[in-house]
Amino acid sequence: MEESTWITKVGLAQMLKGGVIMDVVTPEQAQIAEAAGAVAVMALERVPADIRAQGGVARMSDPGLIQAIMHAVSIPVMAKARIGHFVEAQVLQAIDIDYIDESEVLTPADEEHHIDKHAFKVPFVCGCRNLGEALRRVAEGAAMLRTKGEAGTGNVVEAVRHARTVYGEIRRLQNMSTDELYTAAKHLQAPFELVRQVAETGRLPVVNFAAGGIATPADAALMMQLGVDGVFVGSGIFKSDDPERRARAIVQATTHYQDAQIIAEVSKGLGAAMVGIEIGTIPQAQLMAGRGW
Amino acid sequence: MTVGILALQGDFQEHEAVLQRIGVATRQVRLPAHLDGIERLIIPGGESTTIGKLLVTYRLLEPLRARAGRDLALWGTCAGAILLARQIVDGLPGGQPTLAAMDIVVRRNAFGRQIHSFETTLDVPILGDQPLPGVFIRAPIIESVGPTVDILARLSDTTIVAAQQQRLLVTTFHPELTPDDRFHRYFLEL
Repeated sequence: MEESTWITKVGLAQMLKGGVIMDVVTPEQAQIAEAAGAVAVMALERVPADIRAQGGVARMSDPGLIQAIMHAVSIPVMAKARIGHFVEAQVLQAIDIDYIDESEVLTPADEEHHIDKHAFKVPFVCGCRNLGEALRRVAEGAAMLRTKGEAGTGNVVEAVRHARTVYGEIRRLQNMSTDELYTAAKHLQAPFELVRQVAETGRLPVVNFAAGGIATPADAALMMQLGVDGVFVGSGIFKSDDPERRARAIVQATTHYQDAQIIAEVSKGLGAAMVGIEIGTIPQAQLMAGRGW
Repeated sequence: MTVGILALQGDFQEHEAVLQRIGVATRQVRLPAHLDGIERLIIPGGESTTIGKLLVTYRLLEPLRARAGRDLALWGTCAGAILLARQIVDGLPGGQPTLAAMDIVVRRNAFGRQIHSFETTLDVPILGDQPLPGVFIRAPIIESVGPTVDILARLSDTTIVAAQQQRLLVTTFHPELTPDDRFHRYFLEL
């Protein structure tokens, strides 16, 4: 018997497919998320919208808060470590977290290196904007990916851009000959073996969710139709008028993402979504997606 | 023959891929109408709380309960095994929806958190001498079985991890995540 193998790390993400992972900041919110049908929760002190509003350095959350959330629900609990902050990741592993998000939503701790994720028993999810970034994270040991989007904006445009980029690049690889793949790997700045694998299978080596800006059931279904395996909803639920109802609606729209009748039905009477932000109005230095490389 | 795969949430595409490799037609089931003409259904791995909630919302619980084990053979893997159980231990505090079709008691997350997920090999006599790879992810266990239930596999410490009650089959692990398709072939014969 062998614990925490690559298959069990990637496998947990496979079990989350077709589901919604929700950001929560209290045990009560975690229970609302679980009751609404979330497949997992992301435990944190501040949702991205508040991190964006309050500024300052954003760090790993209080382990005591994370543990309180872990005790409150029976579904998997994830938590965020700063990019490159392997001690925050060690702390999260020490409290038995189910998944670590090495996240650009927090302020990076290292501007050159990401965490060596193979060195951990707990699996990691990492953000990506394109195929090269996705495969570099997998090479470092990420067992799950998420397109970054632009967190805390309630604006899906960046999530769409990143998903279209990743899946478009995969489709291009599928049409290449082997000699072209060597050059593609160079341009993507990704390991050739992973590039070849993607070209052969037509898919990423691990599960990929969408994140960053999903605020409505239609947003979730849009990302699913673009090809992602599931969605993260950060600020979009608990920054809206009626979180419980919106959470249920987004879960249903993610399952029935190809059924516009159902999406229409669940979208009725949800109250106001979170107030969104136009990406062009955000100062360059405050954009999160550009963190990590 | 078309095999249905409950596609509300979870690793239904992994089951689909195995069956398509064997050469069997599949259909994703999300609504009651999708069950028409289906005589075999797989309930995949995933989150049992999420799948259970969607079974209720989309009125699949009643038609499945009415047909389970009669004109519908069912196989639940991991979360699917939880959803087939008569009784769930360590489920949601207020109880969670289940088909309650099979006379087994299942304990959720019985090995602890993700860090204790594991791979091992299993002896499954009905599938032959060759050991079966077993992938256990935040897995449940079968705590006890009723008199009409056959135990198909145990861990070396005797924990029950696979069982059958006529046309109902449960595995608390994930054959769909391995290249070994013997359990899928076995289900097709039920």
